[in-house]
Amino acid sequence: MNKKYYLQSVLRVVFMGVLSFLFLIPFYIILRNAFATDRMIIGRKWMLWPWPMHILDNLKELFANEDVNIFTGLRNSAFIAVTQTFFQLLFASLAGYALARIPFRWSKQVFAFIIATLMIPYTVTFIPTYIVVAKLQMVNTFAGIILPGLFSTFAAFMYRQFFLDFPIEIEEAGKLEGLGYFGLWSRLALPNARGISIALGVIAFMRSWNAFLWPLVIGQNSSMWTIQVVISVFLTSQTIIIHEIFLGSLVALIPVTVLFFVLQRFIVQGITMSGVKG
Amino acid sequence: MHTRIMPKAEREGFWAFVLFVAPLITGLVVFTVIPIVWGLLLSVNEARGTVALHHFVGLQNYILLFQNEAFLNSLKTILIYGLFIVPGTIAFSLGLAVLITNTRKGQGFFRTVFFMPMACSYVVASLIWRMSLFNGMRFGLVNTVIKFFGVAPVAWTSTAPEVWFPLVTVRLWLQVGFYMIIYIAGIQEIPEELYEAARVDGAERGWVVFRHITFPLLRNTTLFVLFINVVNIFMAFDEFYNILGGTFSTTFNLRLARPPLVYLYTTSFTAQDFGVGSAGAFIVAFCIVISTLLQGRFVGLGRGIR
Repeated sequence: MNKKYYLQSVLRVVFMGVLSFLFLIPFYIILRNAFATDRMIIGRKWMLWPWPMHILDNLKELFANEDVNIFTGLRNSAFIAVTQTFFQLLFASLAGYALARIPFRWSKQVFAFIIATLMIPYTVTFIPTYIVVAKLQMVNTFAGIILPGLFSTFAAFMYRQFFLDFPIEIEEAGKLEGLGYFGLWSRLALPNARGISIALGVIAFMRSWNAFLWPLVIGQNSSMWTIQVVISVFLTSQTIIIHEIFLGSLVALIPVTVLFFVLQRFIVQGITMSGVKG
Repeated sequence: MHTRIMPKAEREGFWAFVLFVAPLITGLVVFTVIPIVWGLLLSVNEARGTVALHHFVGLQNYILLFQNEAFLNSLKTILIYGLFIVPGTIAFSLGLAVLITNTRKGQGFFRTVFFMPMACSYVVASLIWRMSLFNGMRFGLVNTVIKFFGVAPVAWTSTAPEVWFPLVTVRLWLQVGFYMIIYIAGIQEIPEELYEAARVDGAERGWVVFRHITFPLLRNTTLFVLFINVVNIFMAFDEFYNILGGTFSTTFNLRLARPPLVYLYTTSFTAQDFGVGSAGAFIVAFCIVISTLLQGRFVGLGRGIR
């Protein structure tokens, strides 16, 4: 009995080890290709690891190449992702707080409206939203890329749930000290919602950083390409320098991976909350 | 009732509420509600190279689409893709969650490894898949592995049935960890006493326990995963575009497997036909609604009522 249990758990660990190995292969490939020469990559046999590693050469080449807009792409992505994350959280937390705490005659209807738009899939709104953005003369502008992504009904919903569970006594104490609703939101509710804000924020940032279709459609001018569009353009063009595009992708992957590792606990919390409450 | 004078607190609340909610609601009206209404109107107009509503054509755009083989094929493509992805994701993520929660050592490590692909974008993953993993040349990793077993190299991204291997594996790799986290949370909600009771009854942790305790109690989690997955699958674009796409101007291998969003993308942005594009979006929306309702039927959402 005990022996059987022991054998089972050993088998389980071995099996998971093999799976982990398979899951890590793509990350290994990106590192391998980033520091190799193209001749090494397309050689007859699979090269396990580039030797010698071309770290400095490849970085220098990437910096020097004016056709590859990696840095414009990174700058655009950073600007778009930071702006979207900030305003998404701001608008969602304001709305979520009002829905949870401020008595209002049509509060229920407003909430129902938010839930209704939460259910509408992106496929449906994608082309019509483009049409509105085109009418507003915002194609090929950062406003066109950024604005439609500032309004997260999901985040508003999560904030509402959070503020509903927030102890009302603290806010009543704040009211006695003369705080208005804005003060209650900014001084008491929001500072206590740090965990959920980080969770929603990091998920919003990753989504925005990794977004592809919308920036592709709106930011047609190469000066507006995000890093994902830059990589895609070079991937789908006829002539590509393999190690350069992989090094560029590695650079694109670093900020989100760092965020991921540092804030993993919050991401897991955020997903867990959405799974349990959604 | 309506004529009563609002007390001061309520009046203050009225304006606070309006101001707090205004940014979000305005945004939703401008970028969701108006687009949907406009899209609906455009779908019954001829709108080539314009987004203005000038030429009413009734249901003609819809009829055109239903006679269009490429569009119908795109629906077929997404159906096939969904048949791979949806059950695959559920089985895979549930399996991983069960394995991880049953492991004592290295739980955190395994969880991180399976979850990590979430940080990667579809574009970068497609690059890895297309250039190295499933490259059709001899230097592709999968081709290297199958050569070891004496199989000739396969042109993964340009032949018909083989193309599903890269397309399915890339999405599974990217999304399985996310759903695994949801399942782990679900498993942790199951009261430990149930497992203890099962042990007393002689059932060890294993298949029996999984079938009679874990899986049935995760029903709501599974429904959630199923629902999100089905809605998401209709939005598939990035991996098809980047793994199969040729250059910006041609659509190269995309003909092999073109999902609705790629079809609508080319109709609307390459061909500038916004009337047909909008009509297509609403047909896809209709498909989403239908498949959601069917799901409810199959898994028996109303079972509790009976």
